[in-house]
Amino acid sequence: MTKNAVLAEDPRPSALGTQPYPIERIRADFPILARSARGKRLVYLDNAATTQKPRQVIDRIVRYYTEENSNVHRGVHYLSELATMEYENARGAVQRFVNAADEKEIIFTRGTTEAINLVAQTWGRTNVREGDEILISAIEHHSNIVPWQMLAQEKSASVRVVPVNDAGELLMDEYERMLNPRVKLVAVGHASNALGTINPVKRIVELAHANGSLVLVDGAQGVPHLHVDVRDLDADFYAFSGHKVYGPTGIGVLYGRQALLEAMPPWQGGGDMILSVSYEKTTYNALPYKFEAGTPNIAGVIALQSALDYVSGIGLDAIAAYEHDLRVYATERLQEIDGLRLIGTAREKAAVVSFVLEGVHPHDIGTILDQEGVAIRTGHHCAQPLMMRFNVPATGRASFGLYNTREEADALVAALHKVIEVFR
Amino acid sequence: MSDLRELYQQVILDHNKNPRNFHEMSDATSRVEGYNPLCGDHYTVFLKVDGETVREVSFTGNGCAISKASASVMSSTVKGKSREEAERLFETFHRLVTGDESGLSTAELGRMAAFSGVSEFPARVKCATLAWHTLRNGLEGRDEKVTTE
Repeated sequence: MTKNAVLAEDPRPSALGTQPYPIERIRADFPILARSARGKRLVYLDNAATTQKPRQVIDRIVRYYTEENSNVHRGVHYLSELATMEYENARGAVQRFVNAADEKEIIFTRGTTEAINLVAQTWGRTNVREGDEILISAIEHHSNIVPWQMLAQEKSASVRVVPVNDAGELLMDEYERMLNPRVKLVAVGHASNALGTINPVKRIVELAHANGSLVLVDGAQGVPHLHVDVRDLDADFYAFSGHKVYGPTGIGVLYGRQALLEAMPPWQGGGDMILSVSYEKTTYNALPYKFEAGTPNIAGVIALQSALDYVSGIGLDAIAAYEHDLRVYATERLQEIDGLRLIGTAREKAAVVSFVLEGVHPHDIGTILDQEGVAIRTGHHCAQPLMMRFNVPATGRASFGLYNTREEADALVAALHKVIEVFR
Repeated sequence: MSDLRELYQQVILDHNKNPRNFHEMSDATSRVEGYNPLCGDHYTVFLKVDGETVREVSFTGNGCAISKASASVMSSTVKGKSREEAERLFETFHRLVTGDESGLSTAELGRMAAFSGVSEFPARVKCATLAWHTLRNGLEGRDEKVTTE
């Protein structure tokens, strides 16, 4: 085995101790952070869109295709057994990562979007009837709005929106008031991609369950920043994406309570999701395979485990504390800028800072920052109704990850001064 | 910074801050919306066309500096031109912002020349052309919303 492969087998960050936060070692694990952009040092602050990948994840993908590639759950040959074992080990790793009760409750999908659509199309089409209601919050990503609209349209049900205050926090009194016997499901984000607001998911679930409603949590922005325990949250469904937690694109997870998943009809039909097929009758496979039709993203699943091992190696609590410090620092520095207004000032926030600059459209900010090597997202962040709520066409959004630094927040502020220089 | 000054030329900054013909038109012969869902640029272009002549052009809406300045320059450039001339100006502008400048004369470009820097920023071409696409739809009598996605 090569030296690299040995390294790749140790998924922990290259730092052995975790006190203090080993930022230099962590940064060294992400090869892309060493590159330049537009002739400047890359300052990557678009982590809510997607995160960069550590060498441990990249190496794992290479090793899979170099040494282990085969189809899963099919062959009796050596490589197929090896790939199947690695694939199923990863399922166990995900189960432990989110503290699910059973591996069967972990379904691999293409991402959060597919996971939410799966629930809408199977659980939803079976259980939602005319006149029923689905509650969502006013700070949801389009992926936690549109699948429910599609379902509601088909079933003559309705999607109702729990409002937020001017800080971007869910109005819990309103939420409680809106819960009624027609509410079959509450679908909320764990953390908002556009504002950073962390929703009080545990309380939301408690109230929903007391009302007899189920809860789906869109965890795309939760998993990268927070220690997630689906049993503690008592969520019925929890969806997240690999690529937002330092893993590959094209792989995501749906956690679902076993009894619910058992009762749901399959979604896509094909190989792997069946036990036997004849032209007269097809018998579906058991969980979790019932929901994993076709050859899955095997490399993605295996590398997702490496990503989860990587963040676990640092520790979600350490990451959350580090990112909190970074966000507070960045927020303070940004507030020094004349004419800058923060959008989303919730007390509980993930490492996302959304802002507008007086007299300058976010798109122009994005272009000028890009010339300085600073990558942020500008636009509506796939949350158009939310932009309307705050009466802005778009915002600039800096989103931080476990490898960002105070110096990078300073670079953002310096680049914003360049914007002002051009426009004033 | 030099590339940025090339993109955000004084004419663009000026038209962004003080857009010309920036108002509704009550007696317009057509009114067309243009929308860029990626960045949220959203304009309505009003036209008063008399036979073959574009008598008046105005616009309302919001968006980035490039899209707003472009709408402003478009409105003052096209005003008083024939349909055919307006169509040719669209072609000229499009060639300018996509970097195909061969044979374009400074005289023909006029104030549109300020958008020469856009070709270095491919992501911004759709901002610069949004109002022009909207204009074309209006001239062709199509009133569906234009998007530059």
